[in-house]
Amino acid sequence: MAVGKITFTKTEREKLAEVLWLLNWISVVTGAILFGLGLFLKIEIQKWQEVMSEQGILYVPHMLITTGLAACGINYLGSKICLDCADTNKFLRWKLVMIPYIVCTFFFTACVLVGALMCYSIRSQLEEALYLGLRNTMRFYKDTDTPGRCYLKKTLDLLQIQFQCCGNTDYRDWFQIQWISSRYLDMTNSAVVDRVRSNVEGKYLMDSVPFSCCSTLSSRPCIQHNLSNPGAHAHYDERSQQLNLWRRGCQQALLDHYTGIMQSIGLTVLLIWLFELLVLTGVRYLQTAMENVIRLGDPESESEGWILENSLAETACYNFSIIKSLGKCYQVDDDPNINVPTAAADQEVPSAQVQVNVTS
Amino acid sequence: MPFLSLKFNLQKRVKLAQGLWMLYWLAVIVGIILFSLGIFFKIELRKRSEIMDNNESHLVPNLLILVGMLSCGLNAFGGKLCHDSLDPQKFSKMKPMLRPYMLLCCGFNALLLLLVLLSFLMQFAVYLTLAEGLKNAIRFYKDTDTPGRCFMKRTLDMTQIEFRCCGNNNFRDWFEVQWISNRYLDMSNDVVKDRVLSNVEGKYLMDSVPFSCCNPGSPRPCIQHHLTNNSAHYDYDHRTEELNIWNRGCRQAVFSYYSGIMNSIGALLIFTIAGDVAGLKYLSTALETMADPENPECESEGWLLEKGFKETLADLLSKVKTFGRANQVEEGGASPDADAT
Repeated sequence: MAVGKITFTKTEREKLAEVLWLLNWISVVTGAILFGLGLFLKIEIQKWQEVMSEQGILYVPHMLITTGLAACGINYLGSKICLDCADTNKFLRWKLVMIPYIVCTFFFTACVLVGALMCYSIRSQLEEALYLGLRNTMRFYKDTDTPGRCYLKKTLDLLQIQFQCCGNTDYRDWFQIQWISSRYLDMTNSAVVDRVRSNVEGKYLMDSVPFSCCSTLSSRPCIQHNLSNPGAHAHYDERSQQLNLWRRGCQQALLDHYTGIMQSIGLTVLLIWLFELLVLTGVRYLQTAMENVIRLGDPESESEGWILENSLAETACYNFSIIKSLGKCYQVDDDPNINVPTAAADQEVPSAQVQVNVTS
Repeated sequence: MPFLSLKFNLQKRVKLAQGLWMLYWLAVIVGIILFSLGIFFKIELRKRSEIMDNNESHLVPNLLILVGMLSCGLNAFGGKLCHDSLDPQKFSKMKPMLRPYMLLCCGFNALLLLLVLLSFLMQFAVYLTLAEGLKNAIRFYKDTDTPGRCFMKRTLDMTQIEFRCCGNNNFRDWFEVQWISNRYLDMSNDVVKDRVLSNVEGKYLMDSVPFSCCNPGSPRPCIQHHLTNNSAHYDYDHRTEELNIWNRGCRQAVFSYYSGIMNSIGALLIFTIAGDVAGLKYLSTALETMADPENPECESEGWLLEKGFKETLADLLSKVKTFGRANQVEEGGASPDADAT
């Protein structure tokens, strides 16, 4: 019992070939779109890679880029094949390539689906990477004279300005690290020395934040220092405190930014996957219809096309037995090259008995 | 000897008409680009109208939008004309429309030329408006509770951050205005009171700048207050310190941005005029001077100028001279017939 059997007349076959040719060309374009989306995501991640602790998330854009390129190639080949499939003579040229081509396309379509699902599943990994990365960046904020870390201050300041965020989860994260380098601290000043000594690890901690945390929406000039003591500033009420600095943490801001991008990319890739599946189904029908026409011998007759020749269970069993027999290829059972003793062996000339004197 | 003349037979004329049809559609695309450039420029002016006192002139973007639409229309019609010119019957129908169309195109090119001049000359107006507007913006920075000026602080902060600039000419402009509102000053504090009283107009002036002047690329945390007092900060010399706050004035920064936009508009317009004039001229002369209108297979000549360059100039000069003498009575002095346009 074939799966999805449809009967095709000659004109229907030709129409199907034309439509598939067009769809394959559209798929080349969608493949290029997939490539472009992968490239865009790669650039977006690399823009802020300094504040991410590991580069493991780059496998998502790399996957999209490779599947995009593969899509262009496979669908270009597919369009050539479909153009020739309208005519039975030209189809014979492609006969041997068809089955491998369809299997390849099937696996490639599965890759597209995996790419789409990856876009949605990466959130937790990203959250972890951002938390650790931002924590390290904040710790190295003051090290503008250490090679490899000179630009972390500039990167973090620009990040906080652009994404309108402050600190890792909250502006209070800045209270727990020393973000002013000792190069700029006057160690002869007793207040400074007291503060450094009063800290267990000898760090100069303050309840202040860098200027990039300042909110442009505030109606008063920015208050950066003595933040835990509202009384130190004139008329510093609850409302002023709310508007003074950016309230959001940078981890949340970046996570939202990247999740938004990945969700839109994931949705587009899912749509492309559905389209590819449609094209694959069409090509399978065309292939089976053309093969049946050749089998029947009359190019003008009707033929049947299907997705699977037998039912799903029978096809699975058949493939499974092929795989099993692959494993048995080195066993002796039916190998014609091995010398199996037969009745003709009696007519063999017995070899001369040679006495071997064993000398001790 | 005609200037830059080429001989055309039927195939070449067909090729010319086809090439010019493509050129006309290219010109339609250029028209669309001009239109969108006009819209972009208008939006950019609107975005920052607050730092220009809401006084900026929208003449250039408005004209650009109009020119873009006209260009699309005229060039689409020209393309249709080219398409029809290959068929003698259709061309004879179109022939009477050719002359008015050419005149319209000349008028359009004159408008383009005017727009080129404007886009280069209006930059002076933009500069002056910016200077005045920024001066007022800095003065009204603290008035976040005055209706009509509530967002001046936000706009100026974002401008200084985006354009990487500080103040009008430089950061010292902030030393001359009170940019902290009295609402946020503790008037019971002696230091504050002294400072206010020591100023003639009772303003609270400091040698400090707002946070938006800070340069993120500075290796040390931003120093905003007591900028001219070296002893107030450890290891700080205000004369040699370059990276702490932005050195550029916002007038210069914003002006170079707008100047860049207007210069590119001018360059694109010059390119459009050149393309229009050359293409138009070749086509019109090639088609008009068909020696035998009934025989489409014959050769004809096309040119840029009917006579040589020097002769055309001499012609124009004599025309200008006779124009002055038009009202004088002369005997048998007919003005030259040659159509030297």
